[in-house]
Parts: sequence; structure tokens; C-alpha cells
Amino acid sequence: MWRGDRVGVAAQSPSDKLGGSVKPRKGASVAKVKASVGEETQPVLKVSNLRTVFRTREATIHAVNGVGFEVRPGELLGVVGESGSGKSVTMMSLLKLLPTPPAEVLSGSAMFGGEDLMQLSPDALRAVRGRDIGFVFQDPMTSLNPVLTIGYQLTEPLRLHLGMSKSRARKRAAELLATVGIPSAEARLDDYPHQFSGGMRQRVMIAMALSCDPKLLIADEPTTALDVTIQAQILEIVRKLRQELGMAIIWITHDLGVIAGIADRVMVMYGGQVVEEAPVGELFANPKHPYTRALLETLPNLKGKRSGKLRTIAGQPPHLLQEPRSCPFAPRCPSVHERCRIENPPLFALAGGHKSGCWLEEKTGGRRAA
Amino acid sequence: MTAAVRVPRTGSQRAPGRRQPKTGGTKVAAAEVSPANQEILLRVDGLKVHFPIYSGLLRRQTGLIKAVDGVSFDIRYGETLGLVGESGCGKSTLGRAILRLVDPTAGSVTFGGKDIASLPAWELRELRPRMQMIFQDPQACLNPRMTVSSIIAEPLDEHLELSAAERQRRVRELMEAVGLNPSFASRYPHEFSGGQRQRIGIARALALNPDLLVCDEPIAALDVSIQAQVMNLLADLQEQFGLTYLFISHDLSMVRHFTDRVAVMYLGKIAELAPADQIYSAPLHPYTKALLSAVPVPDPKLEANRKRIILTGDVPSPANPPAGCNFCTRCPEVKEKCFALEPEWRNLGPDRLVACHFAGNEKSST
Repeated sequence: MWRGDRVGVAAQSPSDKLGGSVKPRKGASVAKVKASVGEETQPVLKVSNLRTVFRTREATIHAVNGVGFEVRPGELLGVVGESGSGKSVTMMSLLKLLPTPPAEVLSGSAMFGGEDLMQLSPDALRAVRGRDIGFVFQDPMTSLNPVLTIGYQLTEPLRLHLGMSKSRARKRAAELLATVGIPSAEARLDDYPHQFSGGMRQRVMIAMALSCDPKLLIADEPTTALDVTIQAQILEIVRKLRQELGMAIIWITHDLGVIAGIADRVMVMYGGQVVEEAPVGELFANPKHPYTRALLETLPNLKGKRSGKLRTIAGQPPHLLQEPRSCPFAPRCPSVHERCRIENPPLFALAGGHKSGCWLEEKTGGRRAA
Repeated sequence: MTAAVRVPRTGSQRAPGRRQPKTGGTKVAAAEVSPANQEILLRVDGLKVHFPIYSGLLRRQTGLIKAVDGVSFDIRYGETLGLVGESGCGKSTLGRAILRLVDPTAGSVTFGGKDIASLPAWELRELRPRMQMIFQDPQACLNPRMTVSSIIAEPLDEHLELSAAERQRRVRELMEAVGLNPSFASRYPHEFSGGQRQRIGIARALALNPDLLVCDEPIAALDVSIQAQVMNLLADLQEQFGLTYLFISHDLSMVRHFTDRVAVMYLGKIAELAPADQIYSAPLHPYTKALLSAVPVPDPKLEANRKRIILTGDVPSPANPPAGCNFCTRCPEVKEKCFALEPEWRNLGPDRLVACHFAGNEKSST
């Protein structure tokens, strides 16, 4: 319905030379091909039974309670959940980015390239962070050092991890900046972060995360702090880069709209647990867990009927002061029954790569997923 | 809001006598008039808010941030006017200028037959109970050392003289109206969750039976499931008390569901103003089109086949806005005329205003 649709896109990428022609994303079909290929190959990352707590003087917060998932090569795994659902803490735990104390990883393994990240020595882990696994944080202002130039910060991982010479690293840094769509990249290397706008800073963060050709990119709410038009620019870059570089991505967000646009598979978290996991089309068309369903129903939409009222989920998210022995969603669940209050449901594997952590699935023939 | 200039109280300035009939009248007006010829509650005319930039050793004024640069519109009794735009476009400053929480540089804001923009402090204070504000960050706008009851009662203490029992009754009433348990009245803000804190802020704004509520991103700091709760509350209260809202937000899908008309702001100016259903189904201004196409839709099939307009570059600095149309640097449909001439505020059909030279010319093609 929009006119002049692709005009902006064509004019937008000064880095056209890198990607050649940027094909419009075929979306679902591409995702499906990738997912089916992925199932046979080894996962890039396989996390199981991860548990993280925060110990404070007053209480122990059970932030992550037995989270397990895997990411396949070339796949974009979307992680959604409200604040406090444990999505960021899960990813930070994997790379030991949480300050200890108060944080403590109680159990879990994270197999990455034949090694368990949880067992690695701090030095070995340092070599992985930034080289094999790139990380993009939410707030680009606080994650860039204000007193160092963009060029210095961008060449640092290149020289450290890949042992590049100063001049080669600088050349590569300029290429990277151009890749993420920053005009006159070479000249901007000598600028400081404050000379960049929010959207450009986030591009720098992405360039930095991509600098060593990581196998896995973890992006923690990378567009949350940005305006919608800038968010659209960043999402377009990520779509393009995925096709060019073929790395696996974990994309954390609370925006189901963003997930619908870029993810191949989605993992929904609530109360420090994974409550549902499914390919993106399946999740939106056929949500299984009552929480996912409620979440999708509360969303206002740009299309369809305008309503003066939205559906709501009554009540508050859980406090997580105790290890959950019941379903964390039970107090707010419309289809709650007795068992939900005494036993925490495992994830049940359903047809079509769908998993749901709800007791109702046992009746419909779901098998317990490992 | 209650931090208005303190003026010695005299009998004539006290509100209670005047307040009661006024509110009753508003309710009737909101319910009875048809949307077509609604009475105007507030009229903004050519409003400008400029902030000086001082720099150098002598702190001389070296520039001007044109946060709001010539905005005109009106708000009708009982309606919700949405004000959307990206950060830095001046929407919050506009909301504040309407309540004169910042002083306008030029233009007028007519409310209750008086020009708020040039009213002396004591007269302004008399109008204050009729216009209140809900702020974005419920954490920052509540005094952590005050109990909920004293927060909600502060406007009452400031503008009315109620007995202790009346005051307590009113606080209970307000807490119930916003869905808070009145037995929590003696608790402190930190004991409440984000959504509940926002409810406290709403109760405080309602304390004096206002006509107009300026809601400055009231749900931006809340989680998705809590956002819907607060929005529904605002809709209920509007019905119940005949409130008029200016709803400032960057969340276009939320605005679509809760507003009657929407104003889209860009770089200190309003680009387009239209009824909500029309602005979403047939946007006229290129910026509105781009903004709407940038909003992600929670539907994978739709997202996959969607054609997006992706704007290039960033919003120019309001200290140095481009000549001509202020959107000319990023507009995908820009033509020569746009660089030279500032577009007029044109009326295209009932209630449809747009500031673009070319909007509406290609109506047949859309």
C-alpha cells in the first residue's frame, strides 16, 4: 500500500558494493530452508539446565531456572519476555559477564564449538568473547568508551584477537563501518562516540561485534533505545548482513513485532524459564502456552479493527524470591488447574518443532523434551 | 504540577466553590455533543518554544534550539488527541508548554477563555486544577519520602481546604478509581511496582477533577502486559469523568487504539493532523508514511512481504533545521520546491491537515 517503497532502501546503503544486489527478503521460505538444514547439523550453541541466582543481603533472587536451548548455524533465534523474565541474565551467564557476587551460576552447561563455556578458564573465555561470540548491548552510549576514538575501539578486537597490524586493522575497521552503513567511514574513525547519533553508535557496536567474524552474535535489545525509523534502518542492515555472513544470531527483545520480522525461531521466557519455543510462523499462528497467547492478545495492532480496550493479563510478574516449584505463570493463567500450583511443568515437545511448558500439553500428547 | 508558584491564599482564589459546577458541566458536554461540532477546550495558535544555547568563555548566546516551532491545533472536549513523533521532535516540550511548565517564546494557548501563555502567575494558578499532567517515569515523578496518601492529597492540600476526614475520603475514592487498594495508602512508592506507581501518578492528576490531562508517554517505561492495563484504566477514567487527553507517545500502535485524532510531529512542527483511523489507513505526509512503515508488526507473514520505506540518515538538529520543508533532507519523495519553500498547513478534507506541498495531489494512485 505504500508508494515509493524501495526508494529509501536503494538510496540508503552506501555499502552496496559489499553485498552486490540486496535481494528483498523472502522471509518464511528462507527461514524454513535454514531451519531444516540446521536440524541435521550440529548446533552452534547448546545450553542446558542453566540456573543463575543473585544473592543479596535480604534475599536470593532466582533469575534463571533451568533454561535450555540451542542455536543452529545461520539461524536467528529470537528471545522474548518481559523485564525480569531472565532473558538477558541467561545470555550474560553464558559468557560470565555478570558480576560475581551477587550473581552466581549454580549449574548448567553451554556447549560451543566442542567446549563447555561454563568450564573454561577466564583467559580461555576472554579469547572466545569478542572473537567467536560477538555481543551487542542495549545502550550504545554506555557500552562505548567516551574518551577513545571509534577507530581505536573498533581496531582493538582486531589487533587483540586476530593479531592484525595497526594499519591493516584500521583498514578493516573502515570496511566494517561501511558495512553497517556509516557514510565516509574512513574519516569517521577519528571521531569520538559523542559525535555519533544513537543509531550510528548502535551501528558501531554491531560493527565491533562483527569485527572478528564471530560464529555467534548475541544482541541484547539492540534497538530498544532507538526510534522506530532508526530501528528500521538497523533491522534492514541485520537482514542484509545475515545473508552475507551467515552467522547464528540470538536476538533478545521484548518487541514481538521485531521478532516477527527477523527471527527464524522464537523462545518465549517467563519467570526465568523457557515457556515456549517454536519456529516464528508457528508461534504467531498457533501459540500454545497460555502466556504467549495472552501476550499476543494484549498487543495493539496497526491493522484491523480499532478497539478502545485491549485484552490484559491480570496481575504482576513473579518475584522469583524462591525457586519455582509451581508453574510461574499459574497465578495469572486463565486456564490454571490444580497441578499447575504444585508442580512446575517441563517443556513438552509437540509437532512441528514446537515446545511448550504447560501441563495442558501432556493431555494433548506432548512428549517431555529433554 | 503542584509546584506552581505559591501565592498567598485569599478567599476569592480558592477553587472549591467554582470547581463543582464546572466539572458537572464538562461531563454533560462531553457526553452530549456530537463529534462533528465538538466544543473546543484548548486552542494552540502559532506556539513556539525556543531554548537559547550559550557557549564560549562569556556564555554568550550562540544559537537557538527550536524545540517547538510554530504549532497550531485545537483539542475538543472529551476527545483524545494523540501526539506522536520520534525522540527530540519536541512533543514533550509542546505538552509542557501547553500547561506552561515551560514558557512559550511566541504564540498563544487558549484554555477556558484565557491565554495561558501570557497569564500572570496567580491567574494561572487558578487554572491549574483544570489541567494536569501524567509523567513518563513513575519512579522519578513520585517523591520517595512521601506516602501514597500524601502524594495523592498534595494537590488537594494545595488548592482546596478539606477537613482531614474529607481529605482521607477523597484519597480512598481516588485510589479505588485507579484500581489501587486503599489500605495501601500509608505505604511508600518503592513498595509498588511500575504499573502501580503509574496508577498513583494518575490518581494524583485526577485529584482536582481536571478537564484536561496531558499524558507524556505514560506507558513507555512499563512492560507490555502492564501497558495494556494502564491504557485500559485511562480509557475507563475518560468515560467515567469525561476527561480530555493529550496523549503523547512514540508507540504508534497504542496511539491508534486510544485516540480520536493524531498529530504527527517532526522537528518542532506538526507534519500531519488527522482522525486516527484515516491517518493509519491513508497517511498523506511522506513522514507519516515512513513512520508507519517502520513500526514492526507482530505477524511474521505480514512482515515478510511488507514493503518498507526506510528513511536515510538521522533527524537534523533542531538548532539548525533545514531551509524549506523541515523533512526535505530525509524525504523519499522530495522535489526541488521542498528545499526552497516551507509548505503551508493545508486542509485536505474534513479534519485532515497536512504540511506538504505535494500531499493529496496523487490521491488516485494510493
